[in-house]
Amino acid sequence: MIQNNRLTKEQYGHNFSDIHPPFETKDAALVEANRCLFCYDAPCMKSCPTGIDVPKFIKQITTDNIKGSAHTIFQSNIMGAGCSKVCPVEKLCEGACVYNLMEEEPIPIAKLQRYATEKALYNKWQLFKRKEPAGKKVAIVGAGPAGLSCAHVLSREGIDVTIFEKESQGGGLMTYGIAAYKVTPQFCKDEVDYILSLGGIEIQYNKELGKHITLDELRNEYDAVYLAFGVGLARQLDIPGEELEGVEDAISFIYDIRSKGFDKVPVGDKVAVIGMGMTAIDAATQAKRLGAKEVTMLYRRTKDEMPCTQEELDIAMLDGCEITWLAAPKEILGKDGKVNALVASVMKLGEPDASGRRSPVATGETFTLEVDMVIKAAGQMPFEKLVSANGLQHKSGKISLNGNATTNLDGVFAGGDCVNGGKEVVDAVQAGKDGAAAIINYIF
Amino acid sequence: MADLSTNFLGIKSPNPYWLASAPPTDKKINVLRAFEAGWGGVVWKTLGSQVKNVSSRYSAVNFNGTRVMGFNNIELISDRPLDINLREIKECLKEFPDRAMIVSLMADNDRKSWHELIKKVEDTGAHGLELNFGCPHGMTERGMGAAVGQDPEIARMVVEWVMEAATIPVITKLTPNVHSVVPTGKAVVEAGTNALSLINTIQSVTGIDLDTFVPNPYVAGKSVFGGYCGPAVKPIALKFLATISQNETTRKVPISGIGGISTWKDAAEFMLLGSTSVQVCTAAMKHGFRIIEDLCEGLSNWMDEKGFATIYDFIGKSVPTLTHWEDLDINYHHIAKIDQDKCIHCGLCYIACEDTSHQAINLEYGKPYNTYTVKDAECVGCNLCQLMCPVTGCITMEEHRVAPEYINWKDWQAKGLPLNDH
Repeated sequence: MIQNNRLTKEQYGHNFSDIHPPFETKDAALVEANRCLFCYDAPCMKSCPTGIDVPKFIKQITTDNIKGSAHTIFQSNIMGAGCSKVCPVEKLCEGACVYNLMEEEPIPIAKLQRYATEKALYNKWQLFKRKEPAGKKVAIVGAGPAGLSCAHVLSREGIDVTIFEKESQGGGLMTYGIAAYKVTPQFCKDEVDYILSLGGIEIQYNKELGKHITLDELRNEYDAVYLAFGVGLARQLDIPGEELEGVEDAISFIYDIRSKGFDKVPVGDKVAVIGMGMTAIDAATQAKRLGAKEVTMLYRRTKDEMPCTQEELDIAMLDGCEITWLAAPKEILGKDGKVNALVASVMKLGEPDASGRRSPVATGETFTLEVDMVIKAAGQMPFEKLVSANGLQHKSGKISLNGNATTNLDGVFAGGDCVNGGKEVVDAVQAGKDGAAAIINYIF
Repeated sequence: MADLSTNFLGIKSPNPYWLASAPPTDKKINVLRAFEAGWGGVVWKTLGSQVKNVSSRYSAVNFNGTRVMGFNNIELISDRPLDINLREIKECLKEFPDRAMIVSLMADNDRKSWHELIKKVEDTGAHGLELNFGCPHGMTERGMGAAVGQDPEIARMVVEWVMEAATIPVITKLTPNVHSVVPTGKAVVEAGTNALSLINTIQSVTGIDLDTFVPNPYVAGKSVFGGYCGPAVKPIALKFLATISQNETTRKVPISGIGGISTWKDAAEFMLLGSTSVQVCTAAMKHGFRIIEDLCEGLSNWMDEKGFATIYDFIGKSVPTLTHWEDLDINYHHIAKIDQDKCIHCGLCYIACEDTSHQAINLEYGKPYNTYTVKDAECVGCNLCQLMCPVTGCITMEEHRVAPEYINWKDWQAKGLPLNDH
């Protein structure tokens, strides 16, 4: 049975509390900061998509220069506070830390980054100053990580930025698409406010491209346009029964948790989650934390090919989610229009596909799971219609770039998930910086 | 199991570790706790004229998250009544007759005061006296402490007074607040002191509070120069000690080494440079008296490994290896080698050499890990990279003699061999 309000307020509070708690004290942060070797041409820095000077910001924590530390981080990554909570650091900076080569725990870079950036956020330190107004204006579509990052760089250069956002809040997937135990809605709001506190950036909420505004209007009214509207639609399973009540899209499931409140989001007794990416993990763990009795994750390949990190998989397993490898959904069965079972094919690995991973092939064997809810997290689809309707060159909906964040349309730039099809927040922040650099080059 | 027992001018102690004259040796309660913990002896905190102390008294230098790399005090000599100190010394001697009891003294600057003080102290049954010619603060302004130790002739005069009265061994403690400890050391040995101890604390300002702008330690909005000690001063102490061990006059008397000794390794180093006993204070103030256990066990295990049955087998052993620069072998050369299996690619060797030394390390770019190798022809063998490397044994210095024969700088110059070849 699918129902909401399964738990007490205390249980929700416990289940959705911060999964990576911050340092309790300055001394605790210093113990770790002082372990940092201050590597030269540091592997952590090279492994950060935004190239944060990690040794420098950690050194600055040890010298009591927290403002300097936060500035070092934000200079490379204006969403450095959020990234410290949501980045898969085990495969980025912390994964590259040289301590791993000594078989020692890596420096907790994310936790130290959180230490410095949260101080800046909550003390409202204004660490950047806008240049004199340049008399130029740029429109950005989408107030997610790519859009905000681009806007901040442009505004620092004295350019006036207007962001058009279809939702009622900024932050994009940071605000709407990530598990609540990683970032709270309040934090996301604070982070957006902090970015905007620089000045020169206006966000017009509830303004959707193609609905309330057109690309032609933006191109006419602004010196340049940056498209950072992300991806949206969940990939369809294209199997019978997908229309049944109880079949949900992971993104809207997570969106509801983030926007409505824990007790307002219904969840089944027995839930199947399709996919093994970060979003699938976030959906499965949160279904469990909302009170689902059983959660089973199905992935058509094996652990070796899974898109999520081991750390993420561990969260799901520690939450008690069942993991079924080599299983692809075949049909969803229902009764009275409601889901009551999922039929899955047993797969085996065949020849490598375009991604270089061995592709799953059905063995012909099937099994049936009794479930009352199916959450689809098999990836997201780009806004292909929107992209092609506006004459943008694209590859299956993903906007094509001619190098330097430039699209085929004059004065129109793009970056983030709408270009790459969906990567980490930190990748989007870097895309925003690249876009800003290209725009500055274009308009001056 | 090596024998750690020490005989210092007839003053016997079960091990060479004495607590230095300082707050840990100011009262019976502390000294008994130290003896119970296993300390070989104590130098009772300096007795002399009555003084009044201030609050606060200590400050420290921390480094990279480690507390008390250096320690600083502005405390004076014992501020307790003399008769109480004398009574407690006697009581401690009675309870632990097998431990060394030396009493530090700093009398007013006249013969009579010294004679009276020595008589009273000897009456306790103490085994030896240590003359405090080193206290760098508070007492110097009254013509005592370092004011005596900094002037060889005054020091000689005071030691002569002391030797007229003393019937037990006299150790003279030297101040490091001089360009060389040898002149005063020589003067007091010539005046008859039975032994030397060094170093006392080094005048210092440990730091300034960046909010109040007042240096520490803080006393009602002001501060004064204090006496610096702890691990930070060890290298300076070893250097002063070596000069005393090298001088033909001062090396005739036994030495009690002091200055930043925190571990058995430190103690072994002081002894290798000529100390018979060693004195500890800051390490005990940081960790308590329990550190004596490893001080003894570590030294004993090392002695066993080296085949030293008693401490007299290695005291002074390193003194002959300290030579003059112009006697060093110019043909000796070694080159750094990086063990690629141990390397963690931190780049610390590279940046140290590239920015501040001889550009002798090659960087081959990798993502995320660069590969670092030594350019043998550019390496001058300075050790910098090895010192900066965080992995023990990753960078080794391999010997590549320029030529087999020994040649020093003077001969090199005399033969007109090429200079500035690097």
